[in-house]
Amino acid sequence: MRAPSSELPIEFDGVTVTAGVVTILDDIALALVPGPPTVLIGPNGSGKSTLLRVAMGLLAPTRGRITWGGLENVPPLRRAIVFQRPAMLRRSAAANIRFALRAAGIPRAEHARRTVELLELVGLSHLADRAARRLSGGEQQRLALARALARDPVVLFLDEPTASLDPTATKAVEDIIRAVSERNIKVVMATHDLGEARRLAGDVVMLHRGRIAETGAAASFFEMPQTVEAKTFLAGELLV
Amino acid sequence: MPQDVTALQLVLSGDPALFAIVRLSLYVSLSAVVLAALIGIPLGAWIALTKFPGRQGVIVLLNALMGLPPVVVGLAVYLALSRSGPLGAFGLLFTPRAMIIAQTVLVTPIIAALTRQTIEDLWIEYRDELTAMNLGPIGRVTALIWDARFSLVTALLAGFGRAAAEVGAIIIVGGNIEGFTRTMTTAIALETSKGDLPLAVGLGLVLIAIVIAVNALAWTARRAGERLAG
Amino acid sequence: MNMLTRRLIIAATAGFVFAGHAVAQEKSIVVASTTSTQDSGLFGHILPMFKAKTGIDVKVVAQGTGQALDTARRGDADVVFVHAKLAEEKFLSEGFGVKRYPVMYNDFILIGPKGDPAGIKGSKDIVAALGAIKAKGADFISRGDKSGTNQAELNLWKVAGIDIAKDKGPWYKEIGQGMGAALNTASASNGYVLADRGTWLSFKNRGDLAIAVEGDKRLFNQYGVMLVNPEKHPSVKKDLGQQLIDWLVSSEGQKAIADYKINGEQLFYPNANDSGA
Repeated sequence: MRAPSSELPIEFDGVTVTAGVVTILDDIALALVPGPPTVLIGPNGSGKSTLLRVAMGLLAPTRGRITWGGLENVPPLRRAIVFQRPAMLRRSAAANIRFALRAAGIPRAEHARRTVELLELVGLSHLADRAARRLSGGEQQRLALARALARDPVVLFLDEPTASLDPTATKAVEDIIRAVSERNIKVVMATHDLGEARRLAGDVVMLHRGRIAETGAAASFFEMPQTVEAKTFLAGELLV
Repeated sequence: MPQDVTALQLVLSGDPALFAIVRLSLYVSLSAVVLAALIGIPLGAWIALTKFPGRQGVIVLLNALMGLPPVVVGLAVYLALSRSGPLGAFGLLFTPRAMIIAQTVLVTPIIAALTRQTIEDLWIEYRDELTAMNLGPIGRVTALIWDARFSLVTALLAGFGRAAAEVGAIIIVGGNIEGFTRTMTTAIALETSKGDLPLAVGLGLVLIAIVIAVNALAWTARRAGERLAG
Repeated sequence: MNMLTRRLIIAATAGFVFAGHAVAQEKSIVVASTTSTQDSGLFGHILPMFKAKTGIDVKVVAQGTGQALDTARRGDADVVFVHAKLAEEKFLSEGFGVKRYPVMYNDFILIGPKGDPAGIKGSKDIVAALGAIKAKGADFISRGDKSGTNQAELNLWKVAGIDIAKDKGPWYKEIGQGMGAALNTASASNGYVLADRGTWLSFKNRGDLAIAVEGDKRLFNQYGVMLVNPEKHPSVKKDLGQQLIDWLVSSEGQKAIADYKINGEQLFYPNANDSGA
């Protein structure tokens, strides 16, 4: 059970991110609140990854502001992110998790117990001493999840975690995400796989060219999309 | 030194004078590498991770200093350590410590430059993760240095190879004093100039054997690294 | 390891490197001498005797005469022991030395190829021999390094009435290195070279070389020893240095010098009591 903390809600207020002349995010207004997973969907280049990075605190907005629990400039103590191609440290799987525990300031006495628990949660107990870089793509993704969870996060961001995985590995990762969400950890996930979005989403945020096209509870979004962009995208057509 | 003995006989019989020279060479060069590592690894890591004005120029300079001519280093250190020089009061000239200092000056740029390259490459790969974990500068540096450990060991071995093989710096600051500052390379230079080739060749064989051993160690370290940590 | 530990290690290592002079100060002195004296093996013979008697460890830095005197001028040696009387007296007049003591002499010999292109073999006249070498343009190797041997060589050209700086041709090769290197070069290129007898006797790489001219009184090579002036360089170990000098000119030291032989041949002739030397 997660006690309420200062991380949530995460509020975007007129957030714009530009790089040179290119606008990546355009005047985003959004609130990420505790509850079931929020899934970001949209075509490639719509700004999903950037939005996650801003929410994580890795990227500062060019304009506008973002607050965590009403506060600005909150260091990412209880937030965690899993990147699409996570970087594996040149150590064993267990050592990767221990590193994350240490970085998160978890007391050393707890490391052994938590490492075992996390490995079990992601199904990697049998690979604890394998060199992390020699794990398969799916196994690395699961290890990255374990590392993220080592931080005891209140909110977990995932950037297309199953994009390069086969169906078996995808299922394993999705199961973990469900388990995480059941522990009341807020999941915010970007995906371009509509099936996955349907499987996991509680709320949907659709992005198109850096702007929010439509948001809504999963059921109503998928059954009755309101906007042209959402309808086009859900119909499987190319949204330019 | 026995006169008409072949090089191999000297080496195999464990001639004490020859092995005293070998021991001194190893002591000087290993000490220099340790000091150079203590300075060069943090320096290289700092340059890799810090943005400051003139950074590119510093990197170019550091790479260029890898090719510092040993005799130039020897001359500079000699002038510094001479009784008439700024550090003369320490009385270090013509001692093994002077040789260690000279070789440290020679080897530090090598270790710093190779560390900088390795850490910078690794940082590009790890940047997102380490930033997302909210690590401070010290945490990042230690993580990167530990993960780069096998490449850094290779850099240290490269530095050792350079130190063990050079003669120009240590002959100037050491004075090639018999039984005191005479190492393999300076002894080879001396014995060759005296025309006493068996001893020079014997020392040369030992030196080459050491160089080969160091390279084998470097290769083993890389392989172990790949096997253990991927 | 954390930053504090790392800093402690750096400090400790620096301390180890720099504080050396405070630790284990066994009795030792630095003598600046020449490569030819070192190469002759004399020091290996007489210095252990000195150490056994006084417990003083003598560290010999062997360089060319010019460099040895320079090392002494900089205060990096306690005693200087070379064989170039004019340069030594200049050193004294500059105030860098306390007193010059003659110690011993050896002689130079002219080495040349057995084929003897200059036709001087067996001569006892070095001046005539040099003239012949120049006339025939026979290869001559000069050390060219401001050493005592080099200065003796240049002096002999002058005595022979030859301005070698002006009149040298491609036959005159200055290599800027020590006696061993000069002999190696002469051996490899079959040239003439002026050498001290000591280095020649220990030299193994003779090739086709042999003694061409010896015995001319002008080939005698006088050695002198001086204590570096402690008034110029207070760090000079004047008591220990003086002990070495006193021993070298004592009957015991002089006998040790005379006793040093290579293949049964005496190399150095002690003459400390020859005040004109």
